[in-house]
Amino acid sequence: MAANLSDVRQLVRNQKYSAGFITDIEAEKVPPGLSEDVIRLISAKKLEPEWLLEFRLKAYRRWLTMTEPKWAHVQFPPIDYQSISYYSQPKSHLDGPKSLDEVDPKLLETYKKLGIPLKEQEMLAGVQNVAVDVVFDSVSVATTFKKKLAEAGVIFCPLSEAVRERPDLVQKYLGSVVPFADNFYAALNTAVFTEGSFVYIPKGVRCPMELSTYFRINERNTGQFERTLIIAEEGAYVSYLEGCTAPQRDENQLHAAVVELVALDDAQIKYSTVQNWYPGDEEGRGGIYNFVTKRGDCRGARSKISWTQVETGSAITWKYPSCILRGDDSVGEFYSVALTNHRQQADTGTKMIHVGKNTKSTIVSKGISAGRGQQSYRGLVRVLEGADNARNYTQCDSLLIGDQCGAHTFPYTEVRNPSARLEHEATTSKIAEDQLYYCRARGISEEEAVSMIVNGFCKEVFKELPMEFAVEAQKLLQVSLEGAVG
Amino acid sequence: MLNIKDLHATVDGKEILKGLSLTVNAGEVHAIMGPNGSGKSTLAHVLAGREGYSVTAGSVSFDGKDLLTLEPEARACEGVFLGFQYPVEIPGVSNLTLLKAAINARRKYRGGTEIEAGDFLAWIRDRAKIVKIDPKMLSRGVNEGFSGGEKKRNEILQMLILEPRLMILDETDSGLDIDALKVVSDGINTLRSPERATVLVTHYQRLLDYVQPDFVHVLARGRIVKSGGPELARELEEKGYGWLEAA
Ligand SMILES: Nc1ncnc2c1ncn2[C@@H]1O[C@H](COP(=O)(O)OP(=O)(O)O)[C@@H](O)[C@H]1O
Ligand SMILES: [Mg+2]
Repeated sequence: MAANLSDVRQLVRNQKYSAGFITDIEAEKVPPGLSEDVIRLISAKKLEPEWLLEFRLKAYRRWLTMTEPKWAHVQFPPIDYQSISYYSQPKSHLDGPKSLDEVDPKLLETYKKLGIPLKEQEMLAGVQNVAVDVVFDSVSVATTFKKKLAEAGVIFCPLSEAVRERPDLVQKYLGSVVPFADNFYAALNTAVFTEGSFVYIPKGVRCPMELSTYFRINERNTGQFERTLIIAEEGAYVSYLEGCTAPQRDENQLHAAVVELVALDDAQIKYSTVQNWYPGDEEGRGGIYNFVTKRGDCRGARSKISWTQVETGSAITWKYPSCILRGDDSVGEFYSVALTNHRQQADTGTKMIHVGKNTKSTIVSKGISAGRGQQSYRGLVRVLEGADNARNYTQCDSLLIGDQCGAHTFPYTEVRNPSARLEHEATTSKIAEDQLYYCRARGISEEEAVSMIVNGFCKEVFKELPMEFAVEAQKLLQVSLEGAVG
Repeated sequence: MLNIKDLHATVDGKEILKGLSLTVNAGEVHAIMGPNGSGKSTLAHVLAGREGYSVTAGSVSFDGKDLLTLEPEARACEGVFLGFQYPVEIPGVSNLTLLKAAINARRKYRGGTEIEAGDFLAWIRDRAKIVKIDPKMLSRGVNEGFSGGEKKRNEILQMLILEPRLMILDETDSGLDIDALKVVSDGINTLRSPERATVLVTHYQRLLDYVQPDFVHVLARGRIVKSGGPELARELEEKGYGWLEAA
């Protein structure tokens, strides 16, 4: 199945794509390993302009000089970056589908299992009004609702398509929030990112529907490096939902995504994630390493960016969705539920960087640890000199189920303006035996009682999620907690 | 209905119940009195199935079924209700959520369907009136910030809503003012019927003035040491337990 790399490269150089040839090489997957050649190959396959290739190479060269961050409260064996394949696409989609009818029925079946209503008819018939851009491994399979969005002037497409159609926007904003050398994983992503979503909401437009992308890792030994870029022009509004799930595999898989949000004057971006990557088994075998850089830039005055995340999956989570509150009177929010069960480890939190005057941030973090799960909240609130009257409210609650799990809190503050006002509240509670007994004495099973208490604990975050997502998140927690007690 | 035979039970390795026998038939109200620490709450928890309360000998049957082999939730679904001496607070879970889950658990146990939202709320409102609880309070966390009296009334409300067949009320009357006592008694009497039975653990005659018992028992040193009719309660009120404990 291994493609002959130099052959492929040769052909790519000649820009000779033919389905016939590609069928010959059996699988459209680059052999494991990372080098400038691999990056050139990825870039060529995507017919990228020169500036983007240079951007990738610059990141790659810097990445070579960088080391993995070691400060997170997580433990894992060293990752062999040369054993990962950096590009993969399902064979039957080499030319890209022209319509849903051309999509491999097997893929549609997979999405059905994931509960994604892919067919437009189904979606129109349903209660939801969600446009879905599905990313299967590295290639976007289908984009729905394009027309309705186009009428509103909204662009919602795979990033690679945006590179071709709107290079002006991509070049202006890509890497403007998360610089190419921001951190080890972001640099890696910049070098090798293959797919992801692009969203552009023009001035004054309220996006007519929730936008949603489901990412799915399918191929074995494939790292997924998506890159998402969302731009809300002056006065625009968008709510974006990201759902993640991955099948069960014994070996670990690396997922190093970068998400960049830009909100101009009076714009609002609401970004919600329900993350359920495979967490590994009870003994900690397998599972996704989720090392993600998510950052929002409130570039304009009175802009607002909200991150809401429900994280139940992944073997290891390393993730700090952040806001840079640059514009005066801008607002940043972070609402998080993170669950670690069995041997999962999560080090997650946020950064709120107050730059502009009268900027406000809110952090509500709910951590649930069960089994031998280890969880850390790591939050930074930084108030720069010019940020007069900055306000932050941080609430950080931990819930422990059982006595072999752990919860840790690392709140950092750096305040360089005396007018700042920061409030911090933190609690740690345990689901008590008498609470479960009380519920059981009323006829409620132990599992349901736990799920009821956990949902109660997470209420403040769930109410920030769009309705359908809130229901999904509750179910997910319930499933993830199975076997957590008793 | 309830048949307890020679029950021995230990808590933390310490034997608390030492050969307790008691028979309760449908339609009857039994009062259990006795000094502090004699094992009244232990009996209640053993019947409800609390973990850590191990039965070392004896048997308990409920409607002919071996109660001791059932999980606590199954006992509740079979129709056993324990009104807690110390109701538990569950912050973040509203009373309504708990009640709905409890109703649906019973329905599921019997192979039925979930209750309609409208029917649920109508039923809750109807029952809340009996115990004079403002339904608005029920959106708050379970017993969260409730006063002692409110907690006890909430126990009775749950009982009225779930309509059990065997009601075990552990000192539900303790710490109540006279008005609240009246309300609690009304709640108990509302459910009193030939198909149901009640076991009242109490220290005070005043509850028994409102809820007339058929039998009164004295529990001391882990056993029933004396049984009688309503007149026994009045005798205890006068003389205390000393004369029985010594015996
Ligand atoms: N969890 C426990 N661990 C150890 N001893 C207990 C526990 N619960 C109750 N006891 C003991 O069991 C005895 C009976 O208690 P209890 O049943 O609560 O009495 P009552 O309700 O009649 O006042 C007491 O001596 C009490 O200290
Ligand atoms: Mg007691």
